[in-house]
Amino acid sequence: MRTTTIAVALLFVLLGSSLVVAPAKAAELAIGFLSRERPPLTQVSPVDADLPDSGLDGARLAIADGNTTGRFSGHSFRLIERRIGSGDIAAGLFELAGQGVRFVTTDLDAEDLLAAADAARHADIRLINARAPDDRLRNEDCRASMLHTVPSRAQIADGLAQYLVWKRWRRWFLIVGRGEGDIEVAAALHRSAKRFGAEIVAEKRWTFQPGNARADTGHVALQSEIPVFTRAPDHDVLVVADERGEFGDYLEGRTALPRPVVGTHGIVAGGWSTMNEQWGAAQLHSRFQKLAGRRMNAADYAAWLAVRAVSEAAIRTRSSDPGVLNAYLRGPDFVLAGFKGQGLSFRDWDGQMRQPVLISTARLLVSASPQPGFLHRGSELDTLGTDREESRCRM
Amino acid sequence: MPHVGDVLLAGALILATPALADRVYVSNEQDNTVSIIDGERGELVATVDVGRRPRGIAPSVDGKSIFIAVGDDDRIDVLDVATAKVVRSIPSGEDPELFAVHPDGKRLFVANEDDAKVSAVDIASSEVTAEVEVGVEPEGMGVSPDGKLVLATSETTSMLHVIDAASMELLDNILVDTRPREAMVTPDGAQIWVSSEIRGTVEVFDANTRASLKKISFGVPSVSRELVQAVGIEMSPNGKRAFVALGPANRVAEVDPASFEVVRMFLVGQRVWHMALSPDGRRLYTANGTSSDVTIVDLETNEPVKTIAVGRGPWGVAVVP
Repeated sequence: MRTTTIAVALLFVLLGSSLVVAPAKAAELAIGFLSRERPPLTQVSPVDADLPDSGLDGARLAIADGNTTGRFSGHSFRLIERRIGSGDIAAGLFELAGQGVRFVTTDLDAEDLLAAADAARHADIRLINARAPDDRLRNEDCRASMLHTVPSRAQIADGLAQYLVWKRWRRWFLIVGRGEGDIEVAAALHRSAKRFGAEIVAEKRWTFQPGNARADTGHVALQSEIPVFTRAPDHDVLVVADERGEFGDYLEGRTALPRPVVGTHGIVAGGWSTMNEQWGAAQLHSRFQKLAGRRMNAADYAAWLAVRAVSEAAIRTRSSDPGVLNAYLRGPDFVLAGFKGQGLSFRDWDGQMRQPVLISTARLLVSASPQPGFLHRGSELDTLGTDREESRCRM
Repeated sequence: MPHVGDVLLAGALILATPALADRVYVSNEQDNTVSIIDGERGELVATVDVGRRPRGIAPSVDGKSIFIAVGDDDRIDVLDVATAKVVRSIPSGEDPELFAVHPDGKRLFVANEDDAKVSAVDIASSEVTAEVEVGVEPEGMGVSPDGKLVLATSETTSMLHVIDAASMELLDNILVDTRPREAMVTPDGAQIWVSSEIRGTVEVFDANTRASLKKISFGVPSVSRELVQAVGIEMSPNGKRAFVALGPANRVAEVDPASFEVVRMFLVGQRVWHMALSPDGRRLYTANGTSSDVTIVDLETNEPVKTIAVGRGPWGVAVVP
């Protein structure tokens, strides 16, 4: 690596002397990627695939994108990857710190992330959360050393709610899964319904143990169970909260009333859509496809944003000083192009990236929130998620 | 495509449009057509089928042809002005979006968005004669009036690339504001103007020294900063008036090139992408992507005077006298 750096530096000196390019200087910035190994996926549909590098591939592409700019500007970026099995997250973080890393993209759930944040204070490290959607990480449990590129559950629920209200699908039947995250999704949906004038006319918990619909005659049981389970007062849509994908796919086509399924399944809201081709996203997918051999998903996108944010800050400030980069990332001048039609930036009150929420089916993009008519005195993107006045984050 | 000739003649007889003051050609990104407007009367006169996803559009130097980049077909269609038919296609490399016509009339410089290259294409032979690697997602293309400099912007790299038109060597790579969309050289050849979609600015450079002279911002009251996005730039032939399309802010800003001050805003259709001026400088035509129409702005009274429905997703505009 050292030889390469010297060679690159020499190249720039040569090019600079003939006034071909005028790069600042060839300083390499190492960005960490810290993840926890995940249990293998329980397949529901034959097209479900286990993607062990989901998230990580997005970070890898962002490094490549940063280095293309760096080729002209004299910057270079390197990803240092650490995947923790059953071990201690803090140890992984200290290991990255020992390699000179000062910014770490995390692909961790909330508990691991908070453990990493505690360790980060002793290691002069800043974290960018690209996986955990928990609202408490943006409120009670927020940290000055933590930014979030993955949208919070409140942002996603608000994005979905705005679309449903715009459609005048105001009466919701909420079905909540068994996971802790599902209960938090439901809480976010209750909050969104109140904010935007929708009504939750019925709510049920999904309590069945995860079955296996792929067994022969698996459909027979579902065909009788789902209509009974989905009997409810009349509603415009079924809103499903099933982050782990245990049952959401079983609903569509089997409900008691013929109503659209929305939420974590059916018409899905999230920070990214595998199907988004607008705003130049076709090119992003094309580069990702070449790197990973598949289309970019929401976890890849959040990690791409995290690494791109750091490299963009380094290129714009012409600095690798972590303090300078951190101040720039959180400041009013930072803006990132994220293939969603608007510039993305970080909220100074909780470190959350303000961004559009995409609404899509399995095959196409349906819409992007904020929807027309949802106004804000500052940025309309701040109609999604926790606004300054509501924030419980005290850094 | 030699067999097209017969159809062509027939088409010429049927169409036989009277001589128009300005003929305005609008590429419609979403329905694979070009709308032809009589600019003087402000009326749609014809709609022509072209390749898939037409965006960049510009007249040939002699004004007899209109080039249309059809990105999904990896080529540039050539529309004959006299007959209003596509008479041939030029292979352009992958996914062409915008291109610049060299003043020698013989070459096109094409941004190949998907493979980070700018290609020089010989118009007569349809051959790609040279390529140069630039940043990620090249988009805006410009060429200096003396034909010496070619400009390209790369959207994801956020750079202005200055290329020697003769040698196809990169002369300069300049970091500009986020997601640059258009780069153009002023008619006197002295300045380079570059728009940034995501930052919503236009930066002006000295064309020779490449020193930054000014960064122009466009605040629009009651429109949030994320929705003020600078896209297309047009300048009057005498260099006295400049126009910047502001995308989802639904406005075109007029800038005084002498002071770099914004002198007025024109309210046009929704999501204005690119524009063109009438050759006499009296009218501005804007392609409004979301409202699927073209606004004609009268530049003597400074009023938008007419809105004309065109195809779906109008993107680029070209005018011939």
